[in-house]
Amino acid sequence: MEIKLNGEKRQVAEGATIGRLLQDLGLENRNLAVEYNGDFLEDAAIEGQAIRAGDTLEIVRFVGGG
Amino acid sequence: MPARETQDGPTLRVKINERPARVAPGTTLFALRDAHKPGADVVIRNGFACARDEAAQEGDQIVLIRRGEIPPREELEALMVARHGPGVHEKVKRARVGIAGCGGLGSAVATALARTGVGTLVLADFDVVEPSNLNRQQFFVDQLGRLKVEALGENLRRMNPYVRIEGHAVRLTRESIPEVFAGCDALAECFDDPAMKRAMTLAVRARMRATPLVTVSGIAGVGPANAIRTRRVFENVWLVGDGSSAARPGFGLLAPRVAVAAGHQANVILKVLLGEGDGVDEVDEVDGMDKVGEMDEGKDGNQA
Repeated sequence: MEIKLNGEKRQVAEGATIGRLLQDLGLENRNLAVEYNGDFLEDAAIEGQAIRAGDTLEIVRFVGGG
Repeated sequence: MPARETQDGPTLRVKINERPARVAPGTTLFALRDAHKPGADVVIRNGFACARDEAAQEGDQIVLIRRGEIPPREELEALMVARHGPGVHEKVKRARVGIAGCGGLGSAVATALARTGVGTLVLADFDVVEPSNLNRQQFFVDQLGRLKVEALGENLRRMNPYVRIEGHAVRLTRESIPEVFAGCDALAECFDDPAMKRAMTLAVRARMRATPLVTVSGIAGVGPANAIRTRRVFENVWLVGDGSSAARPGFGLLAPRVAVAAGHQANVILKVLLGEGDGVDEVDEVDGMDKVGEMDEGKDGNQA
């Protein structure tokens, strides 16, 4: 199924979760800001959130340095 | 009434310290100096210091300087209006911008905004200036050991004595960010710690949804400056950086890329304050290299 990830189309498997997607992307679940269909997800909610066709996901990873 | 100026008869139009003036033909630069700023040490005409007295010419831009004197507010504002245009100056002067963290990014963002004439800067940082900061942060050797908010405030006032500065020597938290930066028109996230970068985005998305925030991720090392980009990631949040270059032992932060990122931040903030949109999507429409030949080189645009 197709979702929109950071503004671009992406195919994910049926039944996928955000936790699984983050694994596929090689992103540790740390220092991320994740917005799912326009709502922020707290850390506890990220892992198990199911993804459906047409969802919009924005994932920002913060790395150190300033 | 300054000597040898007249509204009658033929006059030359000149600018003296950015203010329009009419002077009689034959009036010399030193006569203008004595009339407008007696005792001025330096007379500059059209970008060049004058050692000899000469007659002023139509259109001359004359700058009179007394060394060591801080020009009054009206004079410095006239300089900014002349450079930026009155529409820009009035808007930025009314603005209040929050800077979270006063290290490499924060000290450079604050410098850009103070020089641009932003009215109020709210600075927050718990830290003191350390020797390891001097490779990229806008502090001086004689400020080692001082609170960053104090040292930065002092430096900013030397650039623009009329910017209002509110310093908060506190360790910010997700909870305190909306309180410390209440009433700000825009925010720059300038932390070093990735957990705090994230905390600020979450705080602003939860409790300051109408306030633009420009945050940064991925600026360490000496990778391409062009890899540092600005992207609008959430409704009121922009992200600057290459997204991956984390600072770590052996791969530190260097002045050039930190300055590039801070410039991105200050520019988004400026565009938002001016109500011009963020400019991020305009990049693809601009072919800068082809436009160079068409650029209007103002008389004073290339002096700096």
